[in-house]
Amino acid sequence: MSEPLLIDLSKKGRKAYCFPPLDLPRGFDQALPLLPANLIRQKSARLPEVAELDVVRHFTRLSNQVHGVDNGMYPLGSCTMKYNPKLSEHIAGMREFTQIHPLQDISTSQGCLSVMYNLLEDLSSITGMSWGTLQPCAGAHGEYTGLKMIRSYFLKKGEAQRTKVLIPISAHGTNPASAAVNGFDVVPIASDEKGMVDLADLASKLDDTTAALMLTNPNTLGLFEKEILQISTMVHNSGALLYYDGANLNAIMGMATPGDMGFDVIHLNLHKTFSTPHGGGGPGSGPVMCNDTLRPFLPKPDIELTDSGYVYRWDDEDSIGKVSLFWGNFLVLLRAYVYILRMGSEGIRAAARHAVLNANYVASRLASTFPIPYGKRCMHEFVLSCENLKEQYGVTAQDVAKALIDEGYHPPTMYFPSLVSEALMIEPTESESLETLDTFVDTLLAIAERAKTDSESLKTAPHTTVVGRLDEVRAVKQPDLRY
Amino acid sequence: MVYPYIPHTDEDRKHMLKAIGVDSLDQLFDGLSEDLLLSDSVPISHGRTEDEVQRMIDSIAQRNVRGIPFLGCGCYDHIIPATVKALSSLPSFVTAYTPYQAEMSQGLLQAIYEFQSMICEITGLDVANASLYDGANAASEAASLMIGAKRKATTVLVSETLHPFTLQVLQTWAKGTEHVIRLVGEKEGVVDLSSLASLLDPSCSGLIVQSPNRYGLLEDYTDVAGILHEQGCLFAISNDPLSLAIQKSPAEWDADIAIGDTQSLGLSLAFGGPSCGYMAVKESLLRKIPGRIVGATVDEQGRRGYTLTLQAREQHIKRERATSNVCSNQALAALMTTIHLSSLGWGGMVDAANQSYAKSHYLAYHLAQLPGITLIWDKPFWCEFPLVFSDAKRMRKFLQELRNEGIFAGVRLSSLTRQVKDELVLLVAVTEKRSREELEMYLAAARRVMK
Amino acid sequence: MSKIVEGLRYSKDHEWVRLEGDKAYVGITDHAQHELGEIVFVELPPLGERYGKGEEISTVESVKAASAILNPIEGVVSEANEDLDGSPELVNEDCYQHHLYVLQSYSKEDYESLLDAKLYEAYLASL
Repeated sequence: MSEPLLIDLSKKGRKAYCFPPLDLPRGFDQALPLLPANLIRQKSARLPEVAELDVVRHFTRLSNQVHGVDNGMYPLGSCTMKYNPKLSEHIAGMREFTQIHPLQDISTSQGCLSVMYNLLEDLSSITGMSWGTLQPCAGAHGEYTGLKMIRSYFLKKGEAQRTKVLIPISAHGTNPASAAVNGFDVVPIASDEKGMVDLADLASKLDDTTAALMLTNPNTLGLFEKEILQISTMVHNSGALLYYDGANLNAIMGMATPGDMGFDVIHLNLHKTFSTPHGGGGPGSGPVMCNDTLRPFLPKPDIELTDSGYVYRWDDEDSIGKVSLFWGNFLVLLRAYVYILRMGSEGIRAAARHAVLNANYVASRLASTFPIPYGKRCMHEFVLSCENLKEQYGVTAQDVAKALIDEGYHPPTMYFPSLVSEALMIEPTESESLETLDTFVDTLLAIAERAKTDSESLKTAPHTTVVGRLDEVRAVKQPDLRY
Repeated sequence: MVYPYIPHTDEDRKHMLKAIGVDSLDQLFDGLSEDLLLSDSVPISHGRTEDEVQRMIDSIAQRNVRGIPFLGCGCYDHIIPATVKALSSLPSFVTAYTPYQAEMSQGLLQAIYEFQSMICEITGLDVANASLYDGANAASEAASLMIGAKRKATTVLVSETLHPFTLQVLQTWAKGTEHVIRLVGEKEGVVDLSSLASLLDPSCSGLIVQSPNRYGLLEDYTDVAGILHEQGCLFAISNDPLSLAIQKSPAEWDADIAIGDTQSLGLSLAFGGPSCGYMAVKESLLRKIPGRIVGATVDEQGRRGYTLTLQAREQHIKRERATSNVCSNQALAALMTTIHLSSLGWGGMVDAANQSYAKSHYLAYHLAQLPGITLIWDKPFWCEFPLVFSDAKRMRKFLQELRNEGIFAGVRLSSLTRQVKDELVLLVAVTEKRSREELEMYLAAARRVMK
Repeated sequence: MSKIVEGLRYSKDHEWVRLEGDKAYVGITDHAQHELGEIVFVELPPLGERYGKGEEISTVESVKAASAILNPIEGVVSEANEDLDGSPELVNEDCYQHHLYVLQSYSKEDYESLLDAKLYEAYLASL
């Protein structure tokens, strides 16, 4: 049943919350200076006028029309939808943290600074990097920050002609977008027949106008770029830098480090690899870690540990400046820190190993029904194709995805990367048990079966949700974006 | 061996390896060369039980000191109804992904639609997005929008009275690109727009201002929109959205873009993050607004539903032609703001804003009576005001005396601008949450020191 | 099979140009409209502005894609097809009938350097 807008439940005079009356000496509010008339707001705003119970029921019912990791499996490739520990939620609600102001005297916020400093140390170890920043609020924000550092590095070096960033065509859209926002030109790099970076293409495009190559490893097909050390040598020999998109770190953490692979700068997604909740689209956090080459360019302030405790350092003259209003999404950082404390060195490694185990298991069970163009051996995710279903029965990847919704699953990532037609990218994560995986596989196989006999119901799925497939064209042509 | 949050038993692993067709888990990593494979994980400490983690966190938390915060500068201690935490902690909201699969995400999409609507109502403009990282990034997104909207434009005019950190974020945004931030100076605490027309040349794309500004002062933008529009430039105003319950809205100033941070509407201090940036624009800029947007439509049966729309503007489609790279936003924080506004209603917002106004004036009035302290400018302010001390020693004593009472008296401007000339300036914020008792405690301590 | 019309010239970015006296009509080809899917919005360029060859002049949006239109020949925008404001899908219906905009004071040289129908057909086959 659809839920009305809260504004439509309003009744004039209803109040959900009452403020205490203004308690100031009698006569003072008469003496209050009035605002000049031309600074005063004229038109009031239309916000809900409802009782507290109305608010509670409204949002509770809305939450029932949302599917989270807590509800069911979320095999979204490239998103690492692992379990979000309740311990982290509990700690992120502690008043000793939520009631600390970002600008209170540093001697009174040593606890917060300790969390941030320790997190930086742990992330440095996990990535094999020298230091980093916790200011960026999301992965794309981290990319923006890392690329800006690269730009500043080359400007300082007197190599302003390095204006190109090389990006595989299979890369996530934020990669070229972040490069473009920083004023770089994007040069696409082809993939070879194995789905890896085409080394010949790379070689032909590296020159003294290249600033960086952006890579994720494993790549967006879930395959480990075996030639990474050679790629690193090629890139560095041409005088460029190597950027790591950390979206797929869950496949290798504790098993290998991007630092050892030759990357100069990395962004991480705490809301992926480090289990902080997605919250329906944020807040996330995108720390940037780097080696000594780029360290002077990190955003400021830096956090330093001195004899008298943690202090901010503002004097780095090569720093790119600030990328967020304050110090980053602190409560998200806190959750990631708690996760790392809980997991420890052996848990981090186990997470990667089981993420890879789970993906390979699912792939091996699906391979005979759904072609997996780049092979069923993968890292933490793989991409299958629904092309055969489309050709034979007219059932597309989208149809399969929508049918999964009726079965209680959030669909995998659809139509990405574009290298595979009718693609579904599946990343189970290490959180899912053998039983959950088996049921998921059985469900997908059943859907493939249904394509033969009942493709119509798949093409019109989902049927059990509060609305069916929506008219996206109408949404764009007749924008209705507010009440 | 059982690891936290990993359900596999030895039996499970054996079964799965057999199905895959390998002898060991290590074999699944044979694509990684010897040089890369770590023999024994990364050098961080071993895992801990929940109890051990809690104890460690407790001891770290003890190094934080909570006080009565008369601190502002972009982060404010307002009253937040209990509904906000309770409802935003509902597990589906917390653990859901971005609502790309609309049919199973109607609850989230509708909540975002309600957020967008409320931002439009408060700012008076036509279209709002689903949130940005924070107020400072909303400003740099506004700058990007302005440049993208005017052909051959490279410059954005920015008021010097913006929050010092927002200015830094803008300067970082321009670094290494062809964009130029040109500052418009301040005069007597507010932005000096008297010669605005002469500052506009064909390379200018627009102006960004902030009210209340960095000092807490309210600014007057009479005639500004007209001058800018005549030269084909855009006008962006950054506000504390709660202040819009009292002061003229961006729409009433004929602004094209409204930006800011919704921290003051339902988000706790939390050491500054997560926050939640917002942007609303006039209808004509609909296709240029960055970030996610939710729209209403219908399904095949004519039932009303919500979906992410206008995605052709977004990075994952535009890729290297994108003018913004924003992907994740601050969804859960925006939800908190939505719940907060739903609980307060407009009446509650006006109430909170009026009380902040009254209480801040009360404190300012009495502090200004004391020797050695001056309210720098006799100009309209809301919630926050700037004091200047006659000497550093008295200022230190003042801050210490208040600290002894458990009060954080204000933010030193120099901690934001890092300039010596600002060391004697204290920015004091007083919200509706500050009780009469707290105010009198502040004044009593101040009187003791500054006699 | 993509529809190609004789007598028009084509760019490698899938725009077509038709000369009518001192006016040059510019639109997108059948290949382009097909790739885009249902077009929901066309951003029309401002009148009176001079655009160079290859300069981004417009955006054509479908639900899932946004395509930049690169101006195929240098010229000054004298008209924009306002029919597309309310009905952008006209471009899907007949992309050669419904142009996007009109140029005047255009570069004859740029026009000559565009592909004719045969060459464009060959080009499409090579993709």
